[in-house]
Amino acid sequence: MAEFALAGLRVCDFTWAWAGPYCNKLLADMGAEIIKIESRKRLDIGRSLPPFLGEEPGPNRSGRYNKRNRNKLGITLDLTQEAGTRLARELVKISDVVIENYSPLVMKRFGFDYEAVRELRGDIVYLSLSGFGATGPYRDYVAYGPNQAALSGLGNLTGYREGGPVALGTALGDPTAGLHGAIALLAALHYRAKTGKGQHIDLSQHEMFVSLMGEEMMDYFMNGRVRERDGNRDRIMAPHDFYRCQGEDKWVSIAVATEDEWRGLCEAMGNPPWCREERFGDQLSRWRNQEELDRLIEAWTSNHTPGEVVEILQQAGVAAMPALNGEEITNDPHLRERGFLVEVDHAEVGRQTMPGVSMKLSHTPGAILRPAPLVGEHNQYVFGELLGLPPEEIESLMAEKVIY
Amino acid sequence: MPQRKSPQSMALEGVKVLEYAQMVSGPYCTRLLAHLGAEVIKVEEPGSGDGARGRGPFPGDIPHPERSGLFLHLNANKMGITLNLHTNTGRDIFKELVENCDILVENNPPAKMKELGLDYATLKKVNPQLIMTSITPFGQTGPYRDYKAYDINMQAAGGISYVTGDPEREPLLIPGSAAAYQAALNAAVATLIALYYRDIAGGAQHVDISEQECIASVLGDVISFYSYQKVIRKRSRLSSDIAYRSIWPMGIYRCKDGYVNLTILEPHQWRGFVALIGSPQWARDPKLEERVFVRQQASEIDLDPLVEEALKNYTKEELFHQGQRMRVTIAPINDVAEVVRSPQLEAREFFVEMDHPQAGRLRYPGAPFKLTETPWSMERPAPLLGEHNEEVYRHRLGYAREDLVRMAQGGII
Repeated sequence: MAEFALAGLRVCDFTWAWAGPYCNKLLADMGAEIIKIESRKRLDIGRSLPPFLGEEPGPNRSGRYNKRNRNKLGITLDLTQEAGTRLARELVKISDVVIENYSPLVMKRFGFDYEAVRELRGDIVYLSLSGFGATGPYRDYVAYGPNQAALSGLGNLTGYREGGPVALGTALGDPTAGLHGAIALLAALHYRAKTGKGQHIDLSQHEMFVSLMGEEMMDYFMNGRVRERDGNRDRIMAPHDFYRCQGEDKWVSIAVATEDEWRGLCEAMGNPPWCREERFGDQLSRWRNQEELDRLIEAWTSNHTPGEVVEILQQAGVAAMPALNGEEITNDPHLRERGFLVEVDHAEVGRQTMPGVSMKLSHTPGAILRPAPLVGEHNQYVFGELLGLPPEEIESLMAEKVIY
Repeated sequence: MPQRKSPQSMALEGVKVLEYAQMVSGPYCTRLLAHLGAEVIKVEEPGSGDGARGRGPFPGDIPHPERSGLFLHLNANKMGITLNLHTNTGRDIFKELVENCDILVENNPPAKMKELGLDYATLKKVNPQLIMTSITPFGQTGPYRDYKAYDINMQAAGGISYVTGDPEREPLLIPGSAAAYQAALNAAVATLIALYYRDIAGGAQHVDISEQECIASVLGDVISFYSYQKVIRKRSRLSSDIAYRSIWPMGIYRCKDGYVNLTILEPHQWRGFVALIGSPQWARDPKLEERVFVRQQASEIDLDPLVEEALKNYTKEELFHQGQRMRVTIAPINDVAEVVRSPQLEAREFFVEMDHPQAGRLRYPGAPFKLTETPWSMERPAPLLGEHNEEVYRHRLGYAREDLVRMAQGGII
C-alpha cells in the first residue's frame, strides 16, 4: 500500500456544514485521522440535505454528507454536559490539530476556544474558520457560503448583462475557505515541526473571499471603477461565451484570445465569408461586435453536438469545452481515465459515485479508504481504544446520553 | 496603514520556491506561500514576461507592463528574474535554480515542459528532494491532457456552468478566474502536504493539479444527485437548491435598494426571518417552519414573490444588520466599492498599502487568514521585469557582471 503523507496526524474536528468539513476532507484523503464530533442532539446539518437514496431522508443517507465526510471517524458526544466536555478535553490532549467553523462565541461557550485548548495541549494548531474573524464589529455575524459570495463582490458580478445578480451554482465560499484554512494549517504544522510551537489561525471567510477579487479590487483602487455584471464576456477576449448545440440544453464554451486561435476557429467552421468581414478583422473589432459574432458562431454550433464542436475546435487549437451536466461529468472519459471519480461502498446507501482526491501526489497519492461515518460509528474505537475507557464505562455514558 | 514588517518568525521561513508560471493559477499559489515566509523566485521570459502584465487593469487605462493590477496583486512579495528557457544556457541556469530550491511551481502545458527537457523525470535527477507542482487545465495524463482551455472552458468542463444561470438561458460564467483560483488553492495545499511528508521522510514528489478536477470537487451536489437519485441538476432562477426541494428560502432576492442573499437552513433562522419582516400572516403558517426543517416538503405554491414583497420595504443594510441581530443568515449583494468600505475589513486592517516604483502607492487585498505566531506578511511589491537578475545570477549563482551583459545580449536573460 502506498504511503500516506499525513499519516499519524490527528485532528479533533468540531466542524459542521461544509467549510470546515471540506478543509479536513483534504487532510483525511491524505491519511490524517479526523475525529468528527457530532451529537444526536445536533447532527451535522449536512445529514439533512438531499440527495437521499430513494429520496428517503435519513442521517446516514445524504449524498452531500457522505461525500464531504468520507475518510473520517465519527463519534457522538453531548458537549452540553460536563461529562461530555471532559471527554472532549481528553480527546484534545491527544490531538495535533483542532478545527472549528463557528462564530467566536460558540467554542468559548463550550470551553474549547484557543486559550482553553492550549492549556490542554500546548503545541496545538487551532484553526478557526469563522464567517468574519475573531475581531471587529461583525465578529458575531453568521453567514453561509452563498452569503459570503454576496458580501465579497463576486455575487454582484455574476449575472446576465441586462439582468440582476444570479446565484453561483455552488456555495463556493465554503470549499474556498476550507482550502485557505488548510494552507494556513499546513504552514503552521511545518513551523511546529521546526520549533515545537503551536498557534491559532483566525480565518475570516469574508476576507479570504475578498482576496480572490484582486483584479476587480485593483481596478477600483487604481481607477475608482466599479465593474458591472457582464454576462459571459471577458474584458479582452472575444468570442467568449456559451453557445447552444444540438440536443436539449446542450452548450459549448468557446474562448478566443489570439489571432491564431481566431484563424483556427474560422477554418474549423469552414471559413464562412463573414469571417473575413472587417467588423471581425481584429481583436478590438471582434470585441465590439461580439453580439453579432456570437449569433453567427451559434448558427454553426447549433448544427453540432458539444462533443463534435470540441473535437473540431481543439484540433484547430481553439479552447472549447462542453458545459458538462451531472451525468456527463460522472461518465467523462478523461476524469475516468485519471481515476478521479471513485465508487465508495457505504452500509446504508450502497455503492455511490463521488469526486475523488482533488490533487495527485506522485509518491503519496492519498485514497478514499472508508465511507463517511454512520452516526456514532467510531464511538468504540475512539472512547475505548484511543481514550482507554473500559466497556462498562462507555456503556453507562451511552445510557446517560453523554456519548449520544 | 503602514505595511506589515515581520518582527516575528515566518511559518515558511527558509523554504525556497521557484515559479515558472503565468497569469493566475501558479502565481496565486506561490503568492500564498510567499506571504507565509517562503522565498519565491519568479522566472519570466525576457521581453514580455508574465501574460498578466498585459492584462491590466492599468492606472488611467494606459497599458504598461509594470502597472498591471492583476500582476501587481498576484506577485507581491516575490523576487523576479528573466530567463529564456529556449536557449541551452537558459535551461542550464534553470536547472541550477532547481537544484537550489525546495519547490518548483509551474503552469505550462505538459508538452511544453517535456519539449524543454524540464519535465519532472529530468528535474528529479537534478534535485532528488524536489517538490514539483504542475497546474494545468486537465492534468498531466488522460485524453484531454493537451486540450487548450481558458477559465470559462474550465468552469464548463468542471460542471459548475451547467448549474449556474437561468434555466431558459445559456449557462453563466463566474467572473474573476474562479477556476484558476481553485486550482491555485489546491496546488498550495498539495505542495504543503508534500513538504510535510518530505520533512518526515525526504524524497522528491510530483504534484499534478487538474483545474477540471478542482472545479468538480467544489460542486455542491451535482455528482451526488446523479449517483443517488439519477437526477441531473439544472439551472434555476434563485438557486438550484430550491428546485430540488433542499433549501428554502435560499437565493438572491430584491429589496428596497438592491439585492440580498438569504440562505435559511435552520428553524431558528426561519423564525428570526419571520420576525425580521414583521411577521406577515402568510409567514406565520407553521407548515412553513416545518418546510425549512423537513426539507422534503415542497410547497406547491411559489412563495418567493411573497418573500420579495416583504423585503422590498427594507434596504439591504437594514436587512443585514437587523437580520444578523436575529441570527438570520442574510447578507447584502455588495459591489466592490461597498466591499472596500466595509467597517469589518477596516477594523481588521485587511487592506494593505504598498509603494511600487512604477505603479506608485496602491492598496491591495491583504491577509486571507491571521496566524498568531507567524504572521502573514507583505514585505515588498511585485518585482519589475528582471529586477532581481543581479541578485540571483551574480550573488547567488556566481556569474560575473560581464556574463550578465553577454547573457542579456544573447537574449538569455
